[in-house]
Amino acid sequence: MDCRTGALVSFIERSVKDHGAGRENLLPVLRDVNDEFGYVSGSALIEISRVMDISIGEIHGVATFYSFINVENKGSYVIRLCKTISCDMKGKEKIEKTLERELGIKFGETSSDGLFRLEYSNCMGMCDKGPAMLVNNKLFDSLTPESVLDIVSEYRRKRL
Amino acid sequence: MSTIKEKKVVLGSYTAGSGLKAAFAMKPQEVIQLLIDSGLRGRGGAGFPTGLKWRFAANQKEPVKTVICNADEGEPGTFKDRVLLTEHIEKVLEGMIIAGYATGAAEGFIYLRGEYAFMLPVLESEIEKFNSKKLPFSFKISVRMGAGAYVCGEEFALIESMNGNRGEPRNKPPFPVQKGYLEKPTLVNNVETFATVSHILVNGADWFAQLGTDKSKGTKLFSISGDVQRPGVYEFELGVRLSDILEFVGAENTKSVQVGGFSGVNVAKDQFDRPIAFGELPPGGSIIVFNKDRNMLKVLKNILEFFEEESCGQCTPCREGSYQLLKGLEMIEKGEKSVRYYKELVTLCEVMKDSAKCGLGQSVPNPFLSIIENFKDEILYR
Repeated sequence: MDCRTGALVSFIERSVKDHGAGRENLLPVLRDVNDEFGYVSGSALIEISRVMDISIGEIHGVATFYSFINVENKGSYVIRLCKTISCDMKGKEKIEKTLERELGIKFGETSSDGLFRLEYSNCMGMCDKGPAMLVNNKLFDSLTPESVLDIVSEYRRKRL
Repeated sequence: MSTIKEKKVVLGSYTAGSGLKAAFAMKPQEVIQLLIDSGLRGRGGAGFPTGLKWRFAANQKEPVKTVICNADEGEPGTFKDRVLLTEHIEKVLEGMIIAGYATGAAEGFIYLRGEYAFMLPVLESEIEKFNSKKLPFSFKISVRMGAGAYVCGEEFALIESMNGNRGEPRNKPPFPVQKGYLEKPTLVNNVETFATVSHILVNGADWFAQLGTDKSKGTKLFSISGDVQRPGVYEFELGVRLSDILEFVGAENTKSVQVGGFSGVNVAKDQFDRPIAFGELPPGGSIIVFNKDRNMLKVLKNILEFFEEESCGQCTPCREGSYQLLKGLEMIEKGEKSVRYYKELVTLCEVMKDSAKCGLGQSVPNPFLSIIENFKDEILYR
C-alpha cells in the first residue's frame, strides 16, 4: 500500500465515522472524497464499499448519477460554466471563448498540466447575475472576459 | 412609471422568534388548522395545500418523522431560495421548527443544491444558533448537500438522494408523508413555503387569505431574469398580471416570456395581460424575458438540451422523449425532415405527458409545444 492509498483509506474511514455508516450517508461520504481528492477513484470506490458495506456497482451507480461527483481525475480546478438560457443571453459565449483561448483547451478537456478542466453546467441559480461559473465549489457571477482572466490567474498563483 | 407595487410579506420585516412564539402558544393541531384556513399552497410549483400535507404527516402513527426543506432550487430562472437562505434564514428555520412541532417530527434537514455550497458556512452557523435554542420539544436541523442533479428537486428523487441512492423518482403512493426518508413519514416543503408559514403564524390566517385571489391566496416571490433592466427577486400578490410585472422590472420590446421556468409555458405578447395564479399562468415564480432580438429556435434548443441532460433516465418516455424532441427539432431545422414530422413530435408529447413517471418528463412538452405554437414561422416554416 503506497502512502497515497494509505491517506485515502484513513480519509474514508474518518469520513464514514463522522457521517455514520448507514446507506443514507453515502452521498456525504462521496462528496467528502470528491472535495478532498478531486475525484472518486477506483481505489476510493473499493474502500468506500469495504467500509460502508455497499457493493461497488451500487456506489458507482450513485456517484455517476450526480454531475458534481467526478469518477475520473479531471484536474485540480474544474471550471463549470453555466450554459442555461439566462446566462447564455448575458454573454456566456464570450466567457466560453475567453476560457478556451486562455487555457488552450476546449470544453470537456483538461489542460496538459492537469490544473484546469472546462465543463458546462446547467442553471446554477445566478440568473440575475449572469454569466456565472463554479470553480470546484466556489461560485463566480457577473463574469466579464477581464474578470475571468483574473480568476484564472488567481488559481494559477494558488498552485505555485 | 409602474402601476403596481411590490407586496412584501415573505421579504418583509420579521421579528426573530415571533413565529415560534405564536406556534408554541397553540396546540399542534391548531397550527395545522391555521394553515388550512390560510389557504397556503406549496411554493415549489405543484401547489399542494400546505396545511393538508401537514395534517397527513401529523396523522401518521409511526413515531419517527422527518421534515425536509427542499432547497434544491434547480428550475432554470429561479433564484428566490438563494435570497431567502442568505437574507431571511431565520424565517425558513422557524418554519421548519413549526412544521416539526405540528407534525411530531424530531429531525429536520435542508437539502441544499450542490451549486449553493458557497452558502454552507453561514447557513451552518445560523442553524447552530437555532439548534442550541431551548424548545418545548426536541428538534434538530442539519444540512444535506446535493451534488448537481435537477431532478432531485422532485420530492421523491430528493428523498432517494438522501437515502443514499440515485435521485430517481418513485411511483406514488405511498407518498413521502407515508414512507419517505429511511422509509419513515417525511414532510417535504419548499424553502419559500416554510418562510411563508412563519409569517402566517405571526399575522394569522385571515390576514394571509385576504391577499392574492380566491384560489391563489397570498403573495409569491418571482425570480426575474433575461431581457429586463432590473433582474432580481420581487414579491407580488398572486393574480398579478404578467404585463404589470414586465413594466415593473423594465422589460422593453418583449417578444415572449417563459413563465414558471423551463417546465412552465412560453407566453407571447397577446397573452401578457393574463394573471399569474394557480389555474392561470403557472405561479412557479421563474420569469425569463426574451426581447425582440432573441431567436426562439435557439431558446427552445437550449431548453431541450437541458431536459435531455437532466432526465434521470429511469423511465423511457422521459429519457427517450426528451432526446427525440431535441433531435426531431434539429432535423427539421436542417431540412432533413419535413415539417410534417412536427405532428409526430406532438404525438410524442402526448405520450410523455401521459406516461412519464414524474413532473420532469411530464413537463418537457410544455415549453416545446408553447414555444413552437407561438413562433411557428420562426421555427417550423423558416
